[in-house]
Amino acid sequence: MSSPEQTSRRGLLVRIGVLVNMVAGVVLAVPIVRYLLSPASRKRKGGYDSWLSLGSVDRFPVGETRLAVFRNPVVMPSDGATGEVSCWVRNVDGDKFQVFAINCAHLGCPVRWFAQSNLFMCPCHGGAYYADGARASGPPERGLFEYAWKVEKGQLHIRAGEMPTPGQLTTLGVRRSRWA
Amino acid sequence: MGLMGRIGGWFDERLQLAKPMKEVMQHPVPRRSASWFYVFGSAALMLFILQLVTGILLALIYVPSAGEAWNVLHELNQGISAGWFIRALHGWGSNFMVAIVLIHMVQVFLFGAYKYPRQLTWIVGVLLLLVTLGMAFTGQIMRWDQDAYWGLGIGASIASRVPVVGPAVVKLMLGGPIIAGATLSRFFALHVFVVPGLLIAFVAVHLLLVLKLGINEWPMPGRVVRRATYMQEYHQLTHTDGIPFVPKAVGKDIVFSGVILLAVAACAFFLGPFGPGGQPDPTIIQTAPRPDFFFLWLYTTLSYLPPSYETPVLLIGPALILIGLIALPFIAGEGEKSVRRRPLAVMAVVFVAVGWASLTRLGLHTPWSPEMEAWSSQPIPDKFLAHRTPLERQGALVFQVKQCRNCHALGDGGGKRGPPLDEVAVRLTGDQLIRQVIQGGGNMPAYGKNLTPPETTALVAFLESLHPDGQTKAKDASRAAVAGGGP
Repeated sequence: MSSPEQTSRRGLLVRIGVLVNMVAGVVLAVPIVRYLLSPASRKRKGGYDSWLSLGSVDRFPVGETRLAVFRNPVVMPSDGATGEVSCWVRNVDGDKFQVFAINCAHLGCPVRWFAQSNLFMCPCHGGAYYADGARASGPPERGLFEYAWKVEKGQLHIRAGEMPTPGQLTTLGVRRSRWA
Repeated sequence: MGLMGRIGGWFDERLQLAKPMKEVMQHPVPRRSASWFYVFGSAALMLFILQLVTGILLALIYVPSAGEAWNVLHELNQGISAGWFIRALHGWGSNFMVAIVLIHMVQVFLFGAYKYPRQLTWIVGVLLLLVTLGMAFTGQIMRWDQDAYWGLGIGASIASRVPVVGPAVVKLMLGGPIIAGATLSRFFALHVFVVPGLLIAFVAVHLLLVLKLGINEWPMPGRVVRRATYMQEYHQLTHTDGIPFVPKAVGKDIVFSGVILLAVAACAFFLGPFGPGGQPDPTIIQTAPRPDFFFLWLYTTLSYLPPSYETPVLLIGPALILIGLIALPFIAGEGEKSVRRRPLAVMAVVFVAVGWASLTRLGLHTPWSPEMEAWSSQPIPDKFLAHRTPLERQGALVFQVKQCRNCHALGDGGGKRGPPLDEVAVRLTGDQLIRQVIQGGGNMPAYGKNLTPPETTALVAFLESLHPDGQTKAKDASRAAVAGGGP
């Protein structure tokens, strides 16, 4: 037979137990959530983007569009070849450049440049873009993504670090240097 | 009692499982439910067990490292005894499992098995379909080839369209700013720990519900489900005309599961493992990524939707389908079960099946994709060049060199993105052809800036020569009137 006094003591112990576990839950949950969100919550140095070199401007002849490859500024030891990123560099007139992301603005497939017809074509759903990256036809709703660029000491630099996606166009360092 | 019996008895004295297990195995099922139509659920379970076993075997070797995975898969295919066969079993097992789960679902739907009181069984079944597709999708990424890499790019592009949080979702999905090592690691964790965990939990609940509520009876026209009377009717059916699941009703399940396992093994042995395809090197851009078979319909849908519909359909469509499937047993929880009295259900299945098959078939042919090498690899057939003027032949050269062929077929070769041009001169006049080439439109880029006037003249001269013998070219009827002549 248990007296009411004993019952309330046991009840109190259960309550204390629940409380202790709730505190433990919060103590553990905060770092777990931070850990899980870390890919999206990176804040230092303005996110993932940074200036990086594509090499000497001489590699990009005037009036032509060439493929360039860079190592993503943020990589992990296990990345292997996937740490590399391709982009298309168009030397407009020797002073002006355009650097396009390889990813189609529709669903991210790699677009290919056809110098003969001056078009970028996407192998997935048939998106096509003109030489200046403007949308020509197909499902993309916009032109190719562009990286911001600058020339320093004869080197072409771009600001890159994130895979460009359609939803993210406002955050991408786009610089429209269209002459039209 | 023999030695085995005594050992068994010793364990059961402690575990006390023999009696409940016997009850479970011998639970009565309606006589007519022991049918060849009722074997798909157990076959799906058998395939899941095969996937668990082969998956663990693959995990003994596989390394979820972006830099190594592709090489390890080749090592599995070539370097390790029967490694190719285990990979093939896992790949084909996956395809069979998705197929059997879908067939099971269609059977359950057509036999009205989702109605009272089995609504929750159906809902858990819908969740099981989702996690099965989740396994198929994440498994495709484990293959870590070009298709996996660019498929992730497509997934990221879709995810990025979610309003406001899209970019954050992309980074969480990829585990970083680009598709790389962290991406493979997290999809490995999903494929090997998280999703199978959910799958096991859902399977347990699904089976528990089947045992608690009993297997669906054979639907008969006129045998209507009513909330008030169903349980009693079912009880009567199983206890007056029922048979014990083991050993009377289980035979067909066992035979079918065995046949399916043999079919998986045969496919694995004769057709081999899936890939891996091209190296997952983002600097190799000569690639045309394709999703796996069960996602081809989605690929087709994405290419045929008008651009402005794409984002809403992508983001709202799946939610609507899911809500519809979950709402089904609440909307139609009572009434007729027999397909003979449910024409709408039959039509719905036919509609979905035909739609799915058509989209999948188109996905196998991808008429919307340009043929990126057509211009340099497929010469113009002789018949389009014979008896042509030099100008027209010059135009044929322009046609080829300017990659028109990537989208337009001539004869058997060339892309199907645009219309075939074998008989284009019958459809369009010279003036219309010039306008179309220069200004583009109707999904064709404008070539005005990319063609010199002589090139345009030659190209249009060639296009105007493309009409069948004996059939005249299209002509502008108004022109004759303007010039003062008559038709």
